[in-house]
Amino acid sequence: MTLAQILLFAEGDADGPSGLTLELATKARTLAGTVTAFAPAHGEAMAAELGAHGVSTVYALEGLGDGLVGVHAAAALVGHIDATSPDAVFFGQTTDGRDTAARLAVLADRPVSTNNVGAEVVDGGLVTEEPIFGGTQNIFTAYRAPAPALAMFRPKSFEAEPSGGGAAAVESVAAVDAGEAGRAKVTGRHAEERSGPQLDDAAVVVSGGRGLGQPEAYSMVDELAGLLGAASGASRAIVDAGWVPYAKQVGQTGKVVKPSVYIACGISGATQHLVGMKGSKNIVAINKDPEAPIFGVADLGIVGDVHKVMPALIEALKSR
Amino acid sequence: MKVVVCVKQIPDPAIPGELVPETGTLNRDDKLILDESDSYGVEMALQLAEAAGGGQVSLVSMAPRSETSGLRTALAMGADDAVLISDDALAGSDALGTAKVLGAAIAGLEADLVLAGVESSDGYTGTVPEMIAGVMGLPSITFAKQIEIADGVASVQRQTEAGYDQVECTLPAVVSVTAGVVEPRYPSFKGIMAAKKKPVDSKDLAALGIDAAAVGVAGARQETVEVTDAPEREAGEIITDEGDAHANIVEFLTELKVI
Repeated sequence: MTLAQILLFAEGDADGPSGLTLELATKARTLAGTVTAFAPAHGEAMAAELGAHGVSTVYALEGLGDGLVGVHAAAALVGHIDATSPDAVFFGQTTDGRDTAARLAVLADRPVSTNNVGAEVVDGGLVTEEPIFGGTQNIFTAYRAPAPALAMFRPKSFEAEPSGGGAAAVESVAAVDAGEAGRAKVTGRHAEERSGPQLDDAAVVVSGGRGLGQPEAYSMVDELAGLLGAASGASRAIVDAGWVPYAKQVGQTGKVVKPSVYIACGISGATQHLVGMKGSKNIVAINKDPEAPIFGVADLGIVGDVHKVMPALIEALKSR
Repeated sequence: MKVVVCVKQIPDPAIPGELVPETGTLNRDDKLILDESDSYGVEMALQLAEAAGGGQVSLVSMAPRSETSGLRTALAMGADDAVLISDDALAGSDALGTAKVLGAAIAGLEADLVLAGVESSDGYTGTVPEMIAGVMGLPSITFAKQIEIADGVASVQRQTEAGYDQVECTLPAVVSVTAGVVEPRYPSFKGIMAAKKKPVDSKDLAALGIDAAAVGVAGARQETVEVTDAPEREAGEIITDEGDAHANIVEFLTELKVI
């Protein structure tokens, strides 16, 4: 049994939809006869790829301007949902996805199902799957409030696959006055400089943690990543300590990565971190504590000092 | 300036958690402590009040059994007073139910600024601050990594997927603070002693005028249908480094055709 319609909160930029948006479109079309999308911005630019992933119509919000996405998207979504009656609304677990779902939850007085990695339709209702206790257990939850069910999903929960469809139709949705709640304004946008493979989709990721001892030692992570054509990542501990920017954080509150090879250097493997990387195909861990939880998920674990193993590994790779 | 900080008191993350079988919600029967994620909100509030040349920092928390140990930690850091909402009917509340309660409690405090951590360490939905703003009809700026207040305007660097957005908003507003953006102070001995005497105003649902059916398990309107163990990864090869373990990594990477 499937649902009639799932509405997808579509995020992306002038180059098209985000990977997460396409993952959700792919999943949604297995659960519903019709998949539509609501785009707070870049609706036109996303239409072709969204259509190719099974979305029939993109409803593009007009006039967001310098307003924040969450409050304005939610204000427009209330009327849009009334007019189009979707059975569920899917959001990615992103900054704007969370804001929009949370505002909409208040306006529509409905719960939001969060942190999901799976979904199915049971007896005509949505059942979502959320990993708990660091991914050691999964909890399945049936949505019992009136439709539409609001559900948010973690990145990399599903594989994005085109369905072969043509470009989605684009229809404009007029902005709705969000009142006093909408008075925050974006006055500038800053993109951090990024070079080399991106953490989200790199085939190899090298990450560093507290075991590196000091911020300067992170250069070994960068060097090793450079030699392997890998992206460099980090545990929350060293991001919180200010050694590296948040953009490098892998884990529950950072990025979810599923590379072919993940190399954890001086990372003990706190639950917070494991959640973000245990889906990697192959895991190598270097840590001096043989009891470190990271060894529980490692395919190859080296009990040793990162300050000895990493330089030796770097030298060995350089001399090849 | 009056700053209200939302704080959550959670089961000690160092102790393995468990579910209440009947509801599928987290067992909160043991002692609760201040969520580390919220210590950043408390620190940010104290710094903003200091920068404004003084002000009041009030805490708001919802917890079972009139739990105050986490609140006392935040009071010991320097917050002035606290409102604690505790009611048996709140057990099993979801993010929206929690926001309804916190929003109602904050509405009576005439806050210029409401701060919260981006997400709790136990539930991590990352939706409660935005929902509080929704309940109160206030603007909100989430995922803040820097906040400056001048002339009744908050200037905030809001973390985005790409970097950050500079956002401006006249007060009052709700701002959620990401972990690690300030260094939470350790309570001093003097602070710990003073915290014991700071006022904690305890309220129940009736005092906030909230219908019990709108919160708790009933208000959450979601039903746990199954809990399963996740498949474990197969145990790998563990080697103790004797000076040449790097060769094992090279061999492993070669097999995988990474090099």
